[in-house]
Amino acid sequence: MSRLAVPKTYKLYIGGAFPRSESGRTYEVVSAGGAFLANAAKASRKDARDAVVAARGAVSGWAGATAYNRGQVLYRIAELLEGRRAQFVAEIEEAEGVSRAVASAQVDEAIDRWVWYAGWADKFAQVAGNANPVAGPYFNISVPEPTGVVAVIAPQDSSLLGLVSAIAPALVAGNSVIVVASERFPLSAISLAEVLATSDVPKGVVNVLTGSPAEIAPWLASHADVNAIDLVGAGDLDWISLEVDAADTLKRVLRPESGPDAAAPTLGRISAFTETKTVWHTKSLR
Amino acid sequence: MSFLEYAPAPESRAILSLRDSYGLFIDGEFVDGRGAPFQTISPASEEKIATIANANEADVADAVAAARHAYDRTWSRMSGRDRGKYLFRIARLVQERSRELAVAESLDNGKPIKESRDVDVPLVAAWFFYYAGWADKLDHAGLGADPRSLGVAAQVIPWNFPLLMLAWKIAPALAAGNTVVLKPAETTPLSALIFAEILQQAGLPAGVVNIITGAGDTGAALVAHEGVDKVAFTGSTAVGRAIAKQIAGTDKKVTLELGGKAANIVFDDAPIDQAIEGIVNGIFFNQGHVCCAGSRLLVQENIHDEVVERLKLRLSTLRLGDPLDKNTDIGAINSKEQLERIRELSDVGEAEGAERWSVPCVIPENGFWYAPTIFTNVQTSSRIAREEIFGPVLSVLTFRTPAEAIAKANNTPYGLSAGIWTDKGSRILAVADQLRAGVIWANTFNRFDPSSPFGGYKESGYGREGGRHGLAAYLAPRAVSAAGRGAAKASLAGPATAMPIEAADGAPDLETRAASRRAPRSAKPSKRGAAK
Repeated sequence: MSRLAVPKTYKLYIGGAFPRSESGRTYEVVSAGGAFLANAAKASRKDARDAVVAARGAVSGWAGATAYNRGQVLYRIAELLEGRRAQFVAEIEEAEGVSRAVASAQVDEAIDRWVWYAGWADKFAQVAGNANPVAGPYFNISVPEPTGVVAVIAPQDSSLLGLVSAIAPALVAGNSVIVVASERFPLSAISLAEVLATSDVPKGVVNVLTGSPAEIAPWLASHADVNAIDLVGAGDLDWISLEVDAADTLKRVLRPESGPDAAAPTLGRISAFTETKTVWHTKSLR
Repeated sequence: MSFLEYAPAPESRAILSLRDSYGLFIDGEFVDGRGAPFQTISPASEEKIATIANANEADVADAVAAARHAYDRTWSRMSGRDRGKYLFRIARLVQERSRELAVAESLDNGKPIKESRDVDVPLVAAWFFYYAGWADKLDHAGLGADPRSLGVAAQVIPWNFPLLMLAWKIAPALAAGNTVVLKPAETTPLSALIFAEILQQAGLPAGVVNIITGAGDTGAALVAHEGVDKVAFTGSTAVGRAIAKQIAGTDKKVTLELGGKAANIVFDDAPIDQAIEGIVNGIFFNQGHVCCAGSRLLVQENIHDEVVERLKLRLSTLRLGDPLDKNTDIGAINSKEQLERIRELSDVGEAEGAERWSVPCVIPENGFWYAPTIFTNVQTSSRIAREEIFGPVLSVLTFRTPAEAIAKANNTPYGLSAGIWTDKGSRILAVADQLRAGVIWANTFNRFDPSSPFGGYKESGYGREGGRHGLAAYLAPRAVSAAGRGAAKASLAGPATAMPIEAADGAPDLETRAASRRAPRSAKPSKRGAAK
């Protein structure tokens, strides 16, 4: 006799907690074959704003942590992902309708990408910053600092890899993130949130919203307390309007990408959400 | 004659050989503009200096076409070594003609000759000298091997440092292999037009740099032109915002250098003599027409009275008057419009309860002038503590603890610069860490150097000018072909970029780029029109 399974309730991830959408709305997530998988939370404008508040509150602690510490925290996410590897593979097989081998490759690459970015945490400033030989008696140094709160529209055609590829680089420098997951494949995003919640990532550093990117993205693009927006997965939205909205507060904007190489791992994805700070100090024997 | 009185010591204007009228500098030659010409005047006397051509949309198109032609046929094919040698030539020519440039700058802008002579023009030469050396070393710019130039750069600059802002824009653009269409500010075109003569003397190939004069609509037409690959703008946050909206959805890359409301934080253990000089330099340098000016003085409460008293004494020794006089400290306000804005905001400050003190000095009869002014008892909510005045007006606020100083300093949508004055090194570094600003001066202020990146956080814009970072703003990583990129693993070693706005998908090669300009973003051919 087969055992009756206990299905999971998928909710949002905001400020380290798993609330339902304040709107009470859900939407049906189905497998590639059309079978019912879950009712995912359909985040509202209010949920997005709550996420911004949580993210803003988390910036100083995360940005203020030592780079060594951030690197270890990011690496720990990879460790926990590895432990849940089978769960993610099964989830992706079901949702995307791909073979076990393809699903496994996606999970493996996602884990390895966390490891790659984790290693950058205490090296990025050395590559992106420098001492400047100014013509005068001054010590002068330029260093990259996190931009602040980064909103991300995750790649829409992948469950886990696109999500990881977009949020990991923003976290490396010390930003906090609000990510709108793939509308069609939102379940792995919430499973990732469970990984984050049980790792050492401080609450509010990553906030995960599921629902309609077309509905949520404009609120994030125009929110005055969001410093940057990554439109990597917004290619099918009216992303030009989002970029126009973002210009009101001069947000840093990354434009949509598509194809298998979307959000490919580069230093550019880290530096896109950093600000170069240059400090001058007088030199004197007196 | 008291110790504060000097005989007049004007710099001679004889070194200038100005023309009555200037055309547009397009494709290596001066040509007539098709808009209605305008006059540039001396803000110190309101006398006409010259008639200046006005570029209309057709002229803008000509300039962009000349820059495109020069890019395709000449500049993008030239070796970095030769591009560098042209830039070295320009640096030397600027040095040779430095006195003439300084006089022209002070005449047209109103800034004291001691500043144009000792700060602006030497930095212009330094900027070209610095970037000249980069032209054949682009592999080391931090973008991986063989980074590519962007194409035609549209550059729009302000009136506060006319020639210096030109150098900040043109030098890195040319070193990286781009060609340029530059529009100087309407009120200060003179030094840019003399610079065009320098380009002729340097034998720079025609069309590599085009200089078109006009007002805001000329700049808007230039930024909007579809043949432009890169936009670099220095000016107000309002215009920067409009540009960011305008380029949304296009392939244009952009750097914006916008407004500021810098905090200059003085702790009670600061070296007070230096701090007073630094405060004065921070806000009264260039009549306060400085985007990174230290316009908010945050002084620790227990030394407030002493600092204000000493500031007033020091300001009383400043000499306001003829910009061409070598003893002048404070020159003319650049335009009538700017003077009106300074007056209006100062009146608002008074109406909002702040106490106003201005240097008791004689104001010349003609021209635009504003006496150095300090506001005390300023509330953080007051407009003079929040808005950029862009004039010789200092708002004084107080704090008790370092945490309060940091919170007040960061309480602004801007984030361009900040100053810290204290004898305690560890406090400097801790406070500098916490300030959300792109340039921090510790126990100094308003220092600039071509090797030092400059630019803002938040609504002060994005991108950096100066240093390796400023070079990267005119470059993109070499595209990796789809076949060469292969699996995600292989692309780990792929292109890196320090650009703030960088579509990471493969940059098209030269041939396809021309086509993509006409049909922006092949994936979304119709969206641009829809967004308008």
